Amino acid sequence: MELSTLTIHELQRMLREGETTSVAITESVFKRIEAVEDKVHSYITLTEDLAFQQAEQADRNMQSGRGGPLTGIPIALKDIVCTEGTRTTCGSHILENFIPPYDSTVVRKFREAGAVFPGKTNMDEFAMGSSTETSYFGITRNPWDLSKIPGGSSGGSASAVAADECIAAIGSDTGGSIRQPAALCGVVGMKPTYGRVSRYGLIAFASSLDQIGPFSKDVEDCAIMMNAIAGYDPKDSTSVPAEVPDYTRFLSKGIEDWTVGVPKEYFIEGIDPEVLDAVKRAMQVVEDAGAKIIEISLPHSEYCVAVYYVIAPSEASSNLARYDGVRYGFRSREGRDLMEMYKMSRSAGFGDEVKRRIMIGTHSLSSGYYDAYYKKASQVRALLRRDFDEAFRQCDAIIAPVTPTPAFGIGEKMDDPLQMYLCDIFTISCNLAGIPGISVPCGYTKSGLPVGVQFLTGHFEEGKLLQIAAAYERHAEIERRRPEI
Amino acid sequence: MEFEPVIGLEVHAQLLTNTKIFCGCSTRFGEAPNSNTCPICSGMPGVLPVLNKKVVEYTIKMGLATSCHINNINTWARKNYFYPDLPKGYQITQFAEPIAEHGYVDVEINGNKKRIGITRIHIEEDAGKSIHDENQPASYIDLNRAGVPLIEIVSEPDIRSAEEGVGYLRRLHEILVYLGICDGNMEEGSFRCDANISLRPKGQEKFGIRAELKNMNSFRHVHRALEYEIKRQQYILESGGHVVQETRLWDEAQGVTHPMRGKEEAHDYRYFPDPDLVAVHLSDEWIEEIRKTLPELPLAKRERFVAEFDIPLYDAQVLTASRALADYYEEIARKSGKPKIASNWVMGDVLGHLKEDRLEIDESPVSAHSLVSMIGLIEDGTISGKIAKEVFEEMWNTGKEPGTIVEEKGLVQITDTSAIEQAVDDVLATNPTQVNEYRQGKEKLFGFFVGQVMKVTKGKANPKLVNDLLKKKLSEG
Repeated sequence: MELSTLTIHELQRMLREGETTSVAITESVFKRIEAVEDKVHSYITLTEDLAFQQAEQADRNMQSGRGGPLTGIPIALKDIVCTEGTRTTCGSHILENFIPPYDSTVVRKFREAGAVFPGKTNMDEFAMGSSTETSYFGITRNPWDLSKIPGGSSGGSASAVAADECIAAIGSDTGGSIRQPAALCGVVGMKPTYGRVSRYGLIAFASSLDQIGPFSKDVEDCAIMMNAIAGYDPKDSTSVPAEVPDYTRFLSKGIEDWTVGVPKEYFIEGIDPEVLDAVKRAMQVVEDAGAKIIEISLPHSEYCVAVYYVIAPSEASSNLARYDGVRYGFRSREGRDLMEMYKMSRSAGFGDEVKRRIMIGTHSLSSGYYDAYYKKASQVRALLRRDFDEAFRQCDAIIAPVTPTPAFGIGEKMDDPLQMYLCDIFTISCNLAGIPGISVPCGYTKSGLPVGVQFLTGHFEEGKLLQIAAAYERHAEIERRRPEI
Repeated sequence: MEFEPVIGLEVHAQLLTNTKIFCGCSTRFGEAPNSNTCPICSGMPGVLPVLNKKVVEYTIKMGLATSCHINNINTWARKNYFYPDLPKGYQITQFAEPIAEHGYVDVEINGNKKRIGITRIHIEEDAGKSIHDENQPASYIDLNRAGVPLIEIVSEPDIRSAEEGVGYLRRLHEILVYLGICDGNMEEGSFRCDANISLRPKGQEKFGIRAELKNMNSFRHVHRALEYEIKRQQYILESGGHVVQETRLWDEAQGVTHPMRGKEEAHDYRYFPDPDLVAVHLSDEWIEEIRKTLPELPLAKRERFVAEFDIPLYDAQVLTASRALADYYEEIARKSGKPKIASNWVMGDVLGHLKEDRLEIDESPVSAHSLVSMIGLIEDGTISGKIAKEVFEEMWNTGKEPGTIVEEKGLVQITDTSAIEQAVDDVLATNPTQVNEYRQGKEKLFGFFVGQVMKVTKGKANPKLVNDLLKKKLSEG
């Protein structure tokens, strides 16, 4: 049994009981990376030296009884969270050599918790994409089928967890960028409530939607990760000073007498029959676990993709204005004056998808268009949020598909942005409403690709979310396969 | 045709907070380039702003002092544009819901009171500075100023002349400085002004086409630039031309305005709500708490000084030019019980010396307390007014108390009639020619005798006694 295949809670028990060491776990992880990374390409930057330093320190801390739940655990970081002293590229040429002078709050918390950082994972450039194909640093392949994409934008974190190239990972989710790749790679991925986890140091894509969350091998690990990262941060004005419970306490509670809503708008034409079957089986499991399934309505669902593709690019067009070649990052040396320097640096520094969204966003915010696009989208967003408020008056949680299809082929949707955007049709509304959502593995297609099921709860109800996810996981008894790479 | 200028002013005032608006960096002026910077104010990837509460408090003070309505909920927006000294590619400002609106200040122009409306006051962050090296094709960026808090005060287009414009600016300036929220330094840019100016035929409602004026770094510049621009536009309109809507820079050396170089395109700032900041919610309790801390404002103080101390309006204006000066004067006026005499000393000797030595009132070597003692010495006849001037010089130079100086130098006034009589007798005895001439009607020689007696007594003789005795003795002959 390889240590790299185990979960946080399994390894923690072993570390506590002296059955293994963080150095041994880290060695196992790097051995695995060496074996599969060439094929999968989960990482943009590997930080082996740092990881072993941290592992040695973790072992000393464990020995002197100063270990916590994450001490000595290798956790991969999406290359969108700033790490002091380690380059942070956001998957972009424009930040290829950017070494942040500070740590994001989440990274600081992991350091303090004694975690080990094996490296920074691959992602769609500036988190814009659903396949990790827009990364400047090359594509990531799905560990279950190397001809398929791993999902995105946090594809590297998802594949790293699925391929045992780390024990758990951090991603960010703006429209599904944690839940969608988690589903396509057969791991657990959670987007917390907007404001639950500090965004300080998370390179912004769409500030009103972005949220950091964990990838893990099971729901218990997800709860352990949430315990480490949740909480108010005075450095993030949008983080909320609400009490953070111990999330592991919810895991064994069960869902007897719960009401679980199935949004009728989510069972649309075009959803893959195997995905549909898997989700329907999941609904049955939830019912078997003691919950009542009811149909609910989220009437404004049909607008969510349109609203998202106005709001997210609008915010992005402003958030990405700082990459101008003046203070850091890539600067074209060819411009003859300031304007040319700007244009050439940004033209060469950003990829097509990023440029496409900057243009959409710039247009949506322009005078004369603002009311029709940005303002209207914000109004519809408020309606979407109200849909969920209504729904949660009738049910404790919502069950839904994560993605309309299993992992698709590399290159399949790169020339059709609209098809690519529709990958997030079931995940986007959760970001627009600010509620938490989780993707849990719920089976495999005949060809062996994993499928995920999504649960949603009300604002700051991560406890309940983990409760239903854990109950589902327990009752479903999904066969735990490992990808053959 | 007679034209009427329509002027609106936009004032940017830097707030005197210790730290920047969205991070903990110092706002100190004149430090080494980029020394007061951090990942937040230099716009690193991933950073987030956190609002400095002091900035809100200071702005509420200004809003209340200019009779604005304070909005209980106000929000933040991003103003997007590219410029090398704007690190994030946008400025965080207030747009749809500013903190204060609908205020006014009263300005006095040639004895007439005029009320000038304030449309809004909003908070924003300052940008950094671009430094262009003329000797090589390079520019440098200093971000020390990036993120320094500013308030923008936008007037209604109520101003009708350069005088009114400057009067309004001076009023805002003195309020800001009185409140202690801005140092008002125009040269260092902590108080800056842009103007929108257009002309319309007198009696017409509709505004004409306006030009925006920038780069006016003193009240005098503003005055000259507005005057120039009024004439320029008048000339264009009178000769049948059209004013172009554009931004023009004041050129102080040549005394003209120029269109801004490289004619900037009409900017679309793409304002939208800043998703990184939550709305500011202000409780009525906090606003009222701040209202209680407002000092007496210059206009009110001026009127009170005239009424309470019975001094001319002009004196009151001079004495309330700054809060420190007004406090200084008021202490002397009250404690000495001689407000008019106090005003003469402060306006003449104190201000004269301060100017000469380039000192501020709070650096004056002569404290209010010392000046009160000195006025007391004059009043009780210990020293004469003339001696007092000498004592004041000594006080200024040494910082000693007047009583000490009078004692050390033996400057106590001679009020002993016999001693003065002796001196008078001596003077008359040694100047018989003049005595004769005086007695034959050359009365202007009286001053000569006074002078001689003073000389003999080294200025210490009580002048009134000298006068009385001289008159008596000269008429006796």
